[in-house]
Amino acid sequence: MSAQGRPGGIPPGLNRFQSWLGKRPLLQLGVLAGLIAGALFLGHNLITNMDRVGITPGFSFLWRPANFEIGETLIAYSAQSSFGRAILAGALNTALVSITGCILATLIGVALGLARISANPVVAGMARIYVETIRNTPLLLQLFFWSATVQTFPPIRRAFEPLPGLLFSNRGLFLPSLGFSAGSWTIATAAVTAILLAAWVFLRVSMKDRPRQRRRTGFLLLLAAGAGLAVVAALGGFSVGWPQHKGFNVTGGLAATPEFAALLFGLAVNSSAGIAEIVRSGIEAVPKGQIEAARSLGLRQGQIMRLVILPQALRIMIPLFTSSYLSLTKNSSLAVAIGYPDLVSIVNTTANQTGQALEAIMIMIGIYLTINLTVSLVMNRAHARQSLTVRG
Amino acid sequence: MRELGMVGISVKERFFGSWGNTIVTVLFALLATVIILPLVNWAFIEATWSGAAQSCSERTGACWAFIVEKYRFIFFGLYPQQAQWQAFAATGFIALPVLITAIPRFWHSRLVVFWFLSIGLAVALMSGLFLGSPVPTQQWGGFPLTLLLAVVGFAGAFPLGVLLALGRRSQMGIFRALSIAFIELMRGVPIIAVLYIATLLFPLMLPAGASLDKLLRVQVALILFVSAYIAEIVRAGLQAVPAGQYEAAQSLGFSTVKTLRLVVLPQAFRAVIPAFVTLGIGIFLDTTLVIVIGLFDFLNTARVATTDAQWLGFYAEAYTVTGLVYFLLAYAASRYSLWLEAHLRPVKAEPSKQDMTAIRFPAGEKGAIVMRVSRESVERAA
Repeated sequence: MSAQGRPGGIPPGLNRFQSWLGKRPLLQLGVLAGLIAGALFLGHNLITNMDRVGITPGFSFLWRPANFEIGETLIAYSAQSSFGRAILAGALNTALVSITGCILATLIGVALGLARISANPVVAGMARIYVETIRNTPLLLQLFFWSATVQTFPPIRRAFEPLPGLLFSNRGLFLPSLGFSAGSWTIATAAVTAILLAAWVFLRVSMKDRPRQRRRTGFLLLLAAGAGLAVVAALGGFSVGWPQHKGFNVTGGLAATPEFAALLFGLAVNSSAGIAEIVRSGIEAVPKGQIEAARSLGLRQGQIMRLVILPQALRIMIPLFTSSYLSLTKNSSLAVAIGYPDLVSIVNTTANQTGQALEAIMIMIGIYLTINLTVSLVMNRAHARQSLTVRG
Repeated sequence: MRELGMVGISVKERFFGSWGNTIVTVLFALLATVIILPLVNWAFIEATWSGAAQSCSERTGACWAFIVEKYRFIFFGLYPQQAQWQAFAATGFIALPVLITAIPRFWHSRLVVFWFLSIGLAVALMSGLFLGSPVPTQQWGGFPLTLLLAVVGFAGAFPLGVLLALGRRSQMGIFRALSIAFIELMRGVPIIAVLYIATLLFPLMLPAGASLDKLLRVQVALILFVSAYIAEIVRAGLQAVPAGQYEAAQSLGFSTVKTLRLVVLPQAFRAVIPAFVTLGIGIFLDTTLVIVIGLFDFLNTARVATTDAQWLGFYAEAYTVTGLVYFLLAYAASRYSLWLEAHLRPVKAEPSKQDMTAIRFPAGEKGAIVMRVSRESVERAA
């Protein structure tokens, strides 16, 4: 501040830098210099030590063959593939378990949160025991438990089949899959286009804030989507893949390895307890006056929930949901402890095999930081857009 | 829907208010029975309480004999058996400052000295410094190790976290930029990444021939990681302190340091104590992650105990016992947090026995500024 008042001679850029720097510039610059010196010292030692064992710093190792197998990958990978491709496969595995985990955690968590505030003491009590148990024990313990539980499942030949098409075995979990058969891609594209178009119309109309019209449009949208799907199905566009026993194996359908199943389930169950508490506190944070006001306006119970409580509660809940999702993503790094090949596990193997710990860890940190900062940014935008406006 | 449904509804109605509700009650009660009965059967009725592994395999229930056999290993890990009383005493000296700090009437700056003494004594006991042969940190394990990592992780991170929070709000550009960069970096990566840096990378960064104890490296990494989270909590607390409090202290001629120490920080801490407790529970549960880098913490000793060739596969028993210990401590802490929140009433404008007291000035006038200061500063002035 004082720098601005100083008369002439100082270029504006320097002036701005001085006011940014604020008080005690020498101390600040001294601390910065000390930190840089420390980093240089450690960096110098690192390069010397790497040199001594014959490792050149740099990222060229990413193109060398990895020479290790990965249990499961979303992209084509073999031991001859490069380290770079291995890390990509690990990152995709992290993404897969994080995204499916977030969806599953939200489904379980919202149901639990509503159960927590149920007027029925049996329902509320059971939900509470679940939440307290999960929240007060280590996640890693829960993962060990699920991992050990999956291993006690029967072998494939005697797989446990609670519902047709749903198989539990010690070789993993099998579900029916739903896909478009080859050759029907045109129909599928048409159907998706129709659905997107209908959704767009729906969103445009819903902006107008007319409940009745909105409901009618919603109905039309459903009808259109249903008709589209019916047309595709009638033309034989869909294929349902049923898991089937073939000797010692199961073919068809969706398969999840035991590690993936244990990790996914462990992460989802763990986060669902947090999400349940977010849902509960979000709903309970809506002031009672709002409900009384709504009731005195003659709204029914369902309407009060849908039109008054939820819109207000969601504003509290959304930022908390974001941090829940981010911590689930970070927690997926525990995969390394139960043998699922996620980003951290592959980076660890890479660092051990190549000795390029610095580069490998830098890549891992870079990926996690990118995910975290991007998601925070997007969710903050979304939250700012729908923050509360008071109408006169 | 507590606000919607519960007001004016009798207990009977809550269970059996309508047909739908009755069905829900019965269904969930059945579900509870289906879960609880086999559990009770496994844990008590069919359980084996003593004997060798063979006597366990004859019964279908829990094998508590396994825990009886292995409890020393689970609680103390590889710590030499004849010196285990040292690890036991060390556990006490780690827990003691935590327990004392939990009581608001002991909140005083002298606590810092007590913390140093007690933790120092605990570490000295663990390393067998006073008595008999030294115990290298590779042999530390089990519950004392978990407690040490968590408690020192939190206590060590506290001052650093406060500095980072102040740095983030500071007018000094370089300090602010450094604080923000450090906090966001730590909060953006999983704790495992930080542990890997400490164990894989850091040894390579030391001059040739030099080395640093692995446990020490892990502990420092944990402190750095936790400090970023503490900084964000303290920042929220600082935001809750009204600007008038700074101004009141400044107008009384307090220096910046005294303003912070006697007026601002005590109020900021007070506002966020529940968040500190929640973070503390989180750290306690997350110290289990040191398994990934091969330390024998309380969960790892339980896991390793199940791999003994003579007692193979009693993982349910091992995890039940460790899980129960974690649960009881974490649950007690969360209950304590709720109690404290209710117990810490707002500071009134009169000398009080609480940790803080309020000064009204100009004295006796209506509409005066009420400045809240820590109790010890008043004691010292008197």
